[in-house]
This record gives sequence, structure tokens and C-alpha cells, in this order.
Amino acid sequence: MLRMLARRVLLGIVTVFLVSLIIFSGVEILPGDACTAYLEREAQGKLLENCRTELGLDRSASARYLDWASGAVRGDLGVSATGRKSIATLVGDRLKNTLLLAACALVVGIPLALFLGVVSALNRDRPADLIISTLTIFAMTIPEFVTATLLILVFSVWLGWVPGIVLTSAGAPVSEFFPEILLPIAVLAMVMTAHILRTVRSSVIETMASDYVQMAVLKGVPYWQMVFRHVLPNALLPTINVVALTVAWLLGGVVVIETVFNYPGLGRMMIDSISDRDLPVTQAIALIIATVYVAVNLLADLLTMLANPRLRTAQIRH
Amino acid sequence: MTGAAVSMARHSTFTSVIRVAGDIVSRPSGAIGLFLVVVHLLLAIISPYIAPFDYRDLDPLKMLQQPGPVHWLGNDHLGRDVFSRTLLGGREALLVTGIATPVAVLWGGFTGIFLGLAGGRLDEILMRIVDAFLSLPWILKMLVLIVTFGTGVGVLIPTLAFFYGIPVIRIARAATHDVVARDFVEAARARGHGKLSIIWHELFPNVRDALLVEGAMRWSWMLLAFSSLSFLGFGVSPPTPDWGLMIADARGFMSFAPWGVLGPVIALSSLIIGINLTADALAKALGIDRAQKAPI
Amino acid sequence: MSSSRPESANSQTAPLVAIKDLSIGFTGKKGTTLAVLRNIDLQIYAGESVGLVGESGSGKSTLALAAMGYLKRGLRVLNGQACFREDDMFTQTRDQLEQVRGGHIALIPQNSGQSLTPTRRIGRQVAEALRLHSSLPAVQHSSRVVELLEQVRLPDPLTLVNRYPHELSGGQQQRVAIAMALAGEPSVLLLDEPTTGLDVTTQAHILELLSELARQSGMAMVYVSHDLGAIARVCDSVAVMYAGEIVLQGSARQILLDPIHPYARGLLASIPRLKDATLPRALDGRPPAPGETGNACAFAERCALAKPRCTSERPPLQSLASGEAVRCHFYAEAKNLALAGDKQRSARILADTGDATLELKEITISYAKPGLMDQVLGRKPSSTPTVDDINFRLLQGETLGLVGESGSGKSTILKSIAGLLSPLSGDIIWQNEDALPASVEKRSPQQLRRVQIIFQNPDESLNPRQTVAEILAQPLVLYFGLKGAALKARTVELLDRVRLAGHYMDRLPSQLSGGEKQRVAVARAFAAEPDLVLCDEVTSALDVSVQAAVLDLLDDLRRQSHTSYVFVSHDLAVVRALSDRVAVLYQGRLCEIGPAQSVYTHPSHPYTDVLLGAVLEPDPDTTPTLIADDVLELSPPDRGCAFQRRCPMSLGEQCNTQTPPWQHSENGHAIRCHLPLFNTSPLKH
Repeated sequence: MLRMLARRVLLGIVTVFLVSLIIFSGVEILPGDACTAYLEREAQGKLLENCRTELGLDRSASARYLDWASGAVRGDLGVSATGRKSIATLVGDRLKNTLLLAACALVVGIPLALFLGVVSALNRDRPADLIISTLTIFAMTIPEFVTATLLILVFSVWLGWVPGIVLTSAGAPVSEFFPEILLPIAVLAMVMTAHILRTVRSSVIETMASDYVQMAVLKGVPYWQMVFRHVLPNALLPTINVVALTVAWLLGGVVVIETVFNYPGLGRMMIDSISDRDLPVTQAIALIIATVYVAVNLLADLLTMLANPRLRTAQIRH
Repeated sequence: MTGAAVSMARHSTFTSVIRVAGDIVSRPSGAIGLFLVVVHLLLAIISPYIAPFDYRDLDPLKMLQQPGPVHWLGNDHLGRDVFSRTLLGGREALLVTGIATPVAVLWGGFTGIFLGLAGGRLDEILMRIVDAFLSLPWILKMLVLIVTFGTGVGVLIPTLAFFYGIPVIRIARAATHDVVARDFVEAARARGHGKLSIIWHELFPNVRDALLVEGAMRWSWMLLAFSSLSFLGFGVSPPTPDWGLMIADARGFMSFAPWGVLGPVIALSSLIIGINLTADALAKALGIDRAQKAPI
Repeated sequence: MSSSRPESANSQTAPLVAIKDLSIGFTGKKGTTLAVLRNIDLQIYAGESVGLVGESGSGKSTLALAAMGYLKRGLRVLNGQACFREDDMFTQTRDQLEQVRGGHIALIPQNSGQSLTPTRRIGRQVAEALRLHSSLPAVQHSSRVVELLEQVRLPDPLTLVNRYPHELSGGQQQRVAIAMALAGEPSVLLLDEPTTGLDVTTQAHILELLSELARQSGMAMVYVSHDLGAIARVCDSVAVMYAGEIVLQGSARQILLDPIHPYARGLLASIPRLKDATLPRALDGRPPAPGETGNACAFAERCALAKPRCTSERPPLQSLASGEAVRCHFYAEAKNLALAGDKQRSARILADTGDATLELKEITISYAKPGLMDQVLGRKPSSTPTVDDINFRLLQGETLGLVGESGSGKSTILKSIAGLLSPLSGDIIWQNEDALPASVEKRSPQQLRRVQIIFQNPDESLNPRQTVAEILAQPLVLYFGLKGAALKARTVELLDRVRLAGHYMDRLPSQLSGGEKQRVAVARAFAAEPDLVLCDEVTSALDVSVQAAVLDLLDDLRRQSHTSYVFVSHDLAVVRALSDRVAVLYQGRLCEIGPAQSVYTHPSHPYTDVLLGAVLEPDPDTTPTLIADDVLELSPPDRGCAFQRRCPMSLGEQCNTQTPPWQHSENGHAIRCHLPLFNTSPLKH
């Protein structure tokens, strides 16, 4: 098992390394650089040259990559092109806000998804299942900005219960984000719940059809004992990875939600940096999100290994 | 292959298409889904001929006017007819995603099948690159290219096709791995068939269903991406009507003119739900479980 | 059991289980009701052991589960009752069912590997049955679990309780399932193919354990199996099922020796026997699908005795004075049908003229693949090879049987001959010429064409997306470049050779029965006009009656085209029916090789003895001899004899350290053993 774990970690590191290469070379290929972005229309002649010398942009690409990558490993993400501020400081608050949003959505979404998914599977093809499954399709497929717009329309415009837009500044303490953060959480949680629920449902249904659950029934195990001792421990194993993938995916997709609600998170910062062509910031955010993605997946693999006796114990039979 | 064999294959393909279509329609959700998709496709073709107003017609007197007998869904902030714009608002999206989806599935599919069969170093290296691409958020990848090269159809189609083909590689490769382990592929190898022959005769027919379902899902996600980009202002350029853009525009006036968002919201949602219901029914008809897959 | 018993004998004691006119079915695609069980009547009394015999699809497992009030999803009761002590299980409440299941009626499932919950430790799963159904106080449960595991003769029960199911071998999992069933001290034990899929030696040990348990505890046992050999070991009486009906009931002896139903006779005749080298006789046709029989006798279509009455009137189950019950209008005539195959195998070639088709020289194969770290560091994996030092010659037109238990490396050897798996070292010599290149990629089209392989399971080896014509076109186009009318004509010809009609061309594999599929696979191999066909367990996935037809076909084809076969199987009787020479493998090492006649009548290597002794014959008068323990070996020993750990005749140090020498007799019979040839059998003392 340690070997497997070491292999997974190694692959994760390789992936992050490749991501950094892709990000760096992607930015290289694009026209313009930090100086053209900073100087805007004055980006020509002596001024441009000076700026490039100053930022070290006149060096070879490989030298600059090494510089950037080694900085990133030490936590130094460079300075932004517009404003010349430390990116690490700029990003810090935004990352915290996005993680806050994601964490709240997870806390609401995962238990809800597990509960509804199991209920839906155990009542397969009965009314409860049909209702849950239909709602799932709606929650899963309707674009986030549409859901967000509708929720704002209902809860903010018509009912006036919660604010429809976040006005708190990026650096504010967590407590100040409530209740403004509630609608963004609701939208994010909805999409996430739907995706996880579907996996839980099909996994439970598949497990219910297994030979060992039939055996448990024929052993006379009472229904709920069967569900909790024989079905769920097995059915929930594959959902760990799906939760991870969903989380990782939503961290990227959270951009839209942050924009709709004007939420000061990493996603909106990413869009702004792209619009402003602030390439160092874009690079840094891309690297952070990719690293989180890889880390979350790694964590899921680890959890699966711990929870699955097949992976945890030494394999005797092949 | 002989004429007889070919005609037989065609015969069985044709009958299986009929059978699958029948199976989809026999489920209520599949019937609704397919109906929605067909209606949207038809509207996309005929809407220019049936739209009651020109989508560009500005009328300052009718700004944010309520729905009424003339303008069924009211007018937007520039006084344009929302109903006409809603009718026309899916054309661009369907055109772009309609071309990009098959391209993505084909290039991703065949790359995945090839890697699944070939294995070895090349597979190992390329899959790491695929993983690296997948770990970057889609919106970042798209935006970087769009901001650099512009938002035209000529940029959107190849960009979407490229990035949405990458996860298909993974799906096709996994599906191929399932097939490659089976004895009929071993048998073909033992007979001495070449790689291309094995891909074409043994692998592709067995991976095809998974790719079809994958394609249907890719389509819905691509639509989602396309409309999200429009919504953020990186999609089609005004005054071309597009649902995402219309929702973004109407949002600002939602507190006093909420009808502006309803038309495009319903239109966009019904199309995406339609595609998903159809994809679900297709997966069931083909005996593939798609619920296990994560949305990457 | 059964209605066949004289009423007086059992008038006082009520049956434990009484199935009364039970019919079970499902709703078909067109909305019609299709029956999978029809009018079943069956009584099980205390202490009885009853066998339910039938081929796949006969409804025997459905019937066993129905006795517990359990129906698979989609099935429903159409008619009748399944009573346990007078209570109809299908009208019981959930609570009542939970009491009976596991407590009064316990099940031992077919595939224990899949029937044990993978996330729970063995001890907890067995204890669960105790907690639910035993009167023991909770504090004694853990010691009772250990006791139960000991009772089913599992080694080291104290550590075993903390193991997970996947850490056990198939035989051990089956024993755990038995322990779990015994925990509730049931009065009826249902066994659903409990030994199917296990190795012969393991199978024999489990059956011995089961019949001993039945003797000790006085439990009634219902033994569901397709395997008459297993039934013969454990059952007093037998019910034969066909297409959802009981067609014959009676004492095990009567039914195994001289049954009076045409189907039962056909079934017996289709079983290959260890004793004789004749080909078993096939039952033509296939059983009807649910709903296909209507008002006819279900067996009429395949019956040699069928008369017009058989297709118009469904025969009732008649009880006879002899104690049997039979569902046949003309059972009196059934005794005229032959009970064994009488067809001699096609002439064999025994003289070694030197014209070897194939010769393996010192083939060594290792499955160990270099891991990621090994690749990075450029290390070579060092382990004992999976298959080692294989040498044999195969003459033209000869069939060599390759036998051994799972993990013996027999399929691995076939794959390396086919070029699918490169050996670590050694040569494959073709027709006394040069060595064949190790991998398919390096072989010439002619070399490839001459060696064809047929796989175990046609569901896996036929592409489900290709029609039969497309499947057969693959080799025809590849090797002969056939096109158009010529291709079609050749396809029809091939189908005809495997006894399939031309219209099968445009069918997909899913539209064929198991036997038909395997015949298509045979046709595909012979399409290449090969000199050597490698048969990898080609009949293991088939029902016995279908297996006989495939064996007969293979023998015919060999006669017609002088093809050589390497015939791999775990079933020693099947190998006997077809082989000229036999090679016995243990842990990837050859133990014994020689003319089939000689090896079967004078087995000389201790392992061959163990293997032959464990075979279950469908004959109540033979008993398997259990010599060695059925321990699981993970890898062959580093040195010495491969069989050293299990050998009942081991000489100790010598066997454990020195590789045994080959000893040859004059007739080409050879063993690899330290003991002298023909003097090694523990049975001969």
C-alpha cells in the first residue's frame, strides 16, 4: 500500500510539474508580456526595453521558467504586472474567500447528497426516487448563472430575504460575509449535491443488486442493518473519488458564481487578470487551482485506500 | 469485406439505430428530452423566418415594456422584442457546439482508443499531459485563448473542440482498456491483424456506444460553457442575440423588469435539460451507466 | 422425499419444506407472462439430502431461492406455495422471513467470493449469523465463531476471523460460507452449486465435509447442481429439472444408473467418463426459452422418442410403483436409449515418426512485470518463473491434453505458443525447422495462419458487435484475401462444417446459444486451415450436453484435416475423451506426460494420482480418494520438486532441494519424480 501511495504522490507531483510547464509555455506563446500589459499604449522603444530588463524578461525562456518555478515552490509567486504588488498577498485573501465558499457548500452538500442519494436508491422507481431524480437533473444541468439569476429574482428581488449581491471587500473577516454569502453557497451546493447524489444513487443500486447483499437478505439480516452494514460501506467507496472530482471541478467553475454575485474570490480575480492581461497573476492562479485539484484527488485516493480493505491489506490472491 | 457482409452490417446498424431510438422514446424522460432537442433544432433552422420582429430593431419608446399582445415577452432595455430575440438566441450556440462536439468526440475518441491499445511509454506520457490539462479550470483555458484571438465563431469552434476533446481521450482510453482485455482482441492479435485493423474492426465498434453517450454529454457541457462565456461577456458580440448575453443584460433590470430574463432562461434550460434527458435515455438504451462519471 | 414416496411412510411426519404446485414467472417484453418454473411439487423431510439437477436455465436456483421466499428482481409467483412447516413463505411478513432465513433455512451460495461482504471481516460476518439466529449469550459468540471455523476445517481460525474475504482462497471462502450457514443451526441447508468453480481437489474436500456435516447434524440438505458427479457424492434422492419443470424424481442410485426419462438418459450419456476413452454422446438442440413450450412436452423437440402426442399434450408428473416420478408419456420406452457414448474417437497416431508439428524446448515464462520503480532504476524483477522448463513434442494430427488445476500455467503455455506472451527463455520449434519468433508481431503470415487458438468463453472471444459472417471474414480476408462471392461461399462452407445453417451468417453472437457461439469460434479457427489448434478450456463455459457436441465436432474436424491439438482443460474426463497423449502440470512444471491410456490407467506421479483420485464421477459406486490437503499455493517453491509441499509420498530433504529427474518408460510414459516410475502411487499399497 505504501508503494501505491508513493506512486500516487509521485504522479501528482509530475502532473503539477507538467501543469506549470503548460501554463508557462502557454503564456509564452501568447502575444504580449507583463510589460506590454503594464505600459499599455506606451509599450514601445526604450521604455519597453527598460521594463523588460527590469523584470528580467530579456533572459531566455528556460531561465525565466526556472526562476518562476523555484519561486513558486518557495511560495513566492512574483509581482503583478498592473500595480506591481506581491501576488502572494493579492491572492491570499481571495483564495481564503473561495475556500470559504467551497467549504460551506461542501458542508451543506455532501450530507444532503448522501441522504437523498440513499433514499432515492432504496426507493428505486417509486415516487420519492422519481422526484429526487428529476430535481437532480434540473440542478445538475441548468447553468449556474441561470440558477443564480433565478434565486436572486426570488429570494432577493421578490422576497427580499437575503442580499442578491456581495458588497464585502476581499480582506474582510469571515463573519462579515454572512448573510451575503448564503445565495452563492446555495447555488454551488445545489450543483455539487446533484452530481454527488447521482453517483451515490447508482452506486447504492448497484450494491443492492450484488451477491453479498442478496446473501445478507437470505441470512435473515434485518433491512436497516443490511443497509448500514452491508450496503453503504461498499456503496460509498466509489463516491469518494467522485466527490473529489466534483469539488475540484467546481473550484474552476466557481468563476461564474463569483461573478454573478460579485463575490471577491479567486475566480473573479482570474477573470479580471485575464481581461487586464496581467499574465503573472493569471499564471499564479492557474498554478494554485491546478495544485488544489491534484491535491484533492490525491486525498481522495488516500481515503479510498484507507476505507477499502482490498487496497488496505496485502493482496494474497491475484 | 464482401458486399454481402457490408450490406448485412448496414442492415444491422440501421435496425439497431431504430431499436435504440424506439427504446429512448419508450421512456417518458427520453421522449420529453428528444422532443425538446428536436424542437430546438427545428427552431434554430426556421426561427429567422418566423420571428415576428427584427432582433436589431431598437425602439426607445418600448424600453423594458411589459409583455403584451404585440410583444409576447416584452421588450429589453433597448426596446428590442424579447420573444424574437429568444427565438433566435440559440442559433449561434447550436452552430458552434453542433460542430465542435463531433470534432471533439472524434479526435479525443480516436486518440484515446489508440493510446488504450498502444499502452507503454507514449501512453504514460500523454496521459500525464491530459491530466495536467484537466487540472486547469476550463474557463481559464478558454478565456486565455479567446482574449488573445477574439470571440468569433472561428475561434470558439476550434477552442471548444480542442479542450473538450481532452477528457474524451480519458473516457475512450478507459473504455478501450475494458475491451482490449477481452479475448476477441487477443484472438485478433493472435491471428496477426495490424493495430489499425484491430482498432477499426474490434475496438471502435465496442467503444462507439460509450463515445455516443459521451458526445451527448459533451454537447450539453459545451452549451453550458458557451452560454457561460456569453454571460460573462466573452461569447458572441452584440447585437447578435444569445441567451447567455440576454440574461446578463436583463439581470441589471431584474428588480423592475423580471420578464426580461424568463424567456432566455426557459429556452436555455429546456435545451440543456432536453439534451441531458436524451443522453440519459440513450445511455440506458445502450446499457451504459453514465451516472458514475464526474463532470470533467 | 416427494410424492413418489408411499404415503404411509411419512404420514406422521410432516415435511419441513413443501413446494406445492409452484409456478414462477416474469412479464416479457410483449407484456405476456413467461414462466420460469412450472407446477413444481417437492417435499423435503428432516434428515434427507435431495439433489436438484439441471442445466443452466432449468430453474433450479430459482426454485431453491423460492424455498426461502426469495425472488430475484422482476420475478413473481404465478401460482402455488412454497411452505416451510406449513407456512407459505410468500405470505410471511418481513420479520417472520428474517426469522426463517438463516435460522431455519440457510443458504450456501454458488460464488462465496462474491457472496461475502467485502468490507466486513470474516469473524464479524459469521458472528452476525450467530447474533441473529443463535440462542447463545453474546459473550460466547467469538469463541463459537472460532469453533465453527474449526468445524469447517479452516486452518488457523484465530487469525482468520480478522481477515477480509478477498484475502482467502476460493475454497476457504466456500468454507466460511458453510460456517456462516451452520451458525444459525438450521434444519434445512440449501446449497446452490457450492463447489462450482473450485479446483477438483478442493471440490472433493468440500463435498466430503458437507456429507459429514449432514450425517452428524441430521439437517436436511437441498443440493442444487449441474454436476451429477457432485450429486452422486452427497444425495439420497434426486429431482431432475428441465426448462422449469421437474421431469424425473427418484432415488439417486436409480437416476444415476438407469433413469427412465429420455432427458436424464441423454444427460448421462453426454458426460465424459474417466474410465473410458469414448466420446460422450451429445444432446442435439437447445432447451426452450420461457414461454416457448406451450402445450407440448418441454423436451419433445430434442427427444428421440417424441411422438405426435408429445407436442400436443403436456405430460403430467406420474408417480410409479417403483418410487420414481416421471414427466413423460412414453417413459417405458426410455430404457431403450443408450446411457453412454459409444462413439470411438478418430484413429490416433501413436508412433513417433519424427514429424513433429511443434516442439517446445525448455520454455520458461514469468508473469512478474517490472514495476514503475524497477523501470526507473532499470532493475529486473527476480522471482521464480511462473512456468519453468517445459519440454514436449506434438506429432502431426495428434492431440495433447494439458491438465492441471487453476494456476498450473496451462493457459500461459498456450498463450506463449500462440505468440501472445513471450517466454523468458526457450524455443518453440515448428515442424523440425527453425524456432518460431516469440511474439506475433515478428511471425510471418504463414506462421500465424498455421497456429490458431480457441478460447474458453465464446462470449469473450467473439466480438459482440460483429455478425457471424464478419467474424469469419476476419481470418478469410487476412490470410486468403477472399472477396465477394468467394468469401460468402467459404463462409457458408465453414458454417456447414461446424454444423450450423447458412442463415446464421447475419446473426450477432448475442442471438446464438452458448454451444452455437463456441462452434462459430471453432469455425473461425478452422477458417485459417491451421496445422495446430490451441484449445483453451473450450468446453468449460458450456453445459455438459452442449460440451459433448463441441467435443464431437473437434474430433471430426481433426479427422478431416489432420490438425494437431493442444487441448487444455481442468476436467480430466474431457481430456481423456479427446487426447492421445496427456501432460500433467503442477505450478507451471510438468509432472507427468505419456499416452493417455497409460497415464489414466497407471498414473505414476503422486500429483496425477491426487488429481485423478479427486475426480467426481456421476456414479454412486465410486468414491473420490482424498490424499493430499487442498492447500493453496501462491507460487512454486524456489528449488526441488514443485509438488513438495503437498506430496503424500515426499521423501523429505531430497524432494525439497533437488529438482527431480525425468524417468522414461518404453511406451513414452515419463514422470518427473524422485520415486521410481510405476512405483509411486499411494493408492497401490
